[in-house]
Amino acid sequence: MSLFSTTTVLLGKELRTEFRSRELLTTTVVFILVVLILFSFAISPTTEESREFGPGLLWLAILFAASLMLQPCFLREQSNDTLSSLRLAVSDPFSIFLAKLAANTLFLMVTELIMLPFFAIFYNVPVLPEFPWLILVLFLGSLGISVAGTALSAISAQARMRELLLPLLLLPLLTPVLVVSATVTVSLFEREPIVKGKGIAFLAVFDVVFLTALWLFGEYLLEE
Amino acid sequence: MTSFTIPPTGLRFEGIDKRYGGLYALRRVSFEIAAGECAVLAGRNGSGKTTLLRIAGQIVRPTHGKLSFPGRTAGSDGNSRPGYVGHSTMVYDELSAEENLLLFAKLQKVESPGERVENLLREVGLFERRASLVRTFSRGMRQRIAIARALIHRPSVLLLDEPATGLDPLGITWLANSLRELNRAGCTVVMSLHGESEISALATRAVRLDAGGVVADTKSGASLREILTFGSA
Repeated sequence: MSLFSTTTVLLGKELRTEFRSRELLTTTVVFILVVLILFSFAISPTTEESREFGPGLLWLAILFAASLMLQPCFLREQSNDTLSSLRLAVSDPFSIFLAKLAANTLFLMVTELIMLPFFAIFYNVPVLPEFPWLILVLFLGSLGISVAGTALSAISAQARMRELLLPLLLLPLLTPVLVVSATVTVSLFEREPIVKGKGIAFLAVFDVVFLTALWLFGEYLLEE
Repeated sequence: MTSFTIPPTGLRFEGIDKRYGGLYALRRVSFEIAAGECAVLAGRNGSGKTTLLRIAGQIVRPTHGKLSFPGRTAGSDGNSRPGYVGHSTMVYDELSAEENLLLFAKLQKVESPGERVENLLREVGLFERRASLVRTFSRGMRQRIAIARALIHRPSVLLLDEPATGLDPLGITWLANSLRELNRAGCTVVMSLHGESEISALATRAVRLDAGGVVADTKSGASLREILTFGSA
């Protein structure tokens, strides 16, 4: 079975189990909305301040929501030792990672799409003028978070103090992605929006580099 | 179960060591199980049976030593992968019995997966509950679905870690009959068991482990029974 078809079968399983339990999506959507609304009331930013600081808060909220989402990614494969049955069944373990990171990226994107209208209203920031670019930045940023986060989730799921380990490893590793994503988003929210090509290219390169590393070394991360 | 043949594949352990930190779970384990044999691993709790089975299932990598499958053709896939029944069910609670089996059938390139899953669900007695989520199953039903998952691709090597756990007498009879039929078809069966049972009666060989090493290995009837009943009196 090719990598693509195995990944599709596994992605179907990820989506089915999630939409049946709604464990991750509910938690992250509620969390991200609470954070954004809380910041909005606590700071009460003017439109100019929102344009300047809003994207930073937005990406901070996305990061926290992602770390909530990534924690159980491999952890829930351990309760019934399903990771072992998957490893026995698939010929390429990379497909397990691909399916998980595709599911995580999709869940993050769904969360972000639900959150965007609230962000626009509470921070008085127009998200529509540069919407396609904003979606691209959100996608590349979310993919970066998912790729690195899925790999670290596999590592932390087998460690002691796993709840502490994932954020400890994830936050420093994702700092470049978050800084660049926030900077590019700020430029998209300016009165005369600018598309920062270099920033978008950086995000794409980050994603490709981490995806390649996962493809090369992912197998070792799944070992007991 | 319909008649079928399975390509003969054996199992060879050569100087296997497995260490967890400073603790040796297995020490210099070397023996070979011939294709078509039905071997039982016996021994006290903590003697290394589960670790050895997980190494045989390629779930755990040995610290030292080599595992090989004599008779397995290079590049072969599908049923050349061992079937493994462990302590956990190794299936998803949030999926139904049918969805779980279909998932693993598709991942393992089983021909006509829908038909195979339906037949297997009938064999394990879960056809009526095929649409129920596994989390609603009793312990015995979970064990049945776990065994069905391991059998889905008609493996040439089947590894079972205390497979009778949670099964009622009817379930044990069903499992014994299924294993007998698989073994006759050419499947190499290796299982860990405690004491004698309908399932242990299938054994053509018994290996006793103690403190991570092989301390007895026999194919003869009387010694075989002695190994199987060791420590259970």
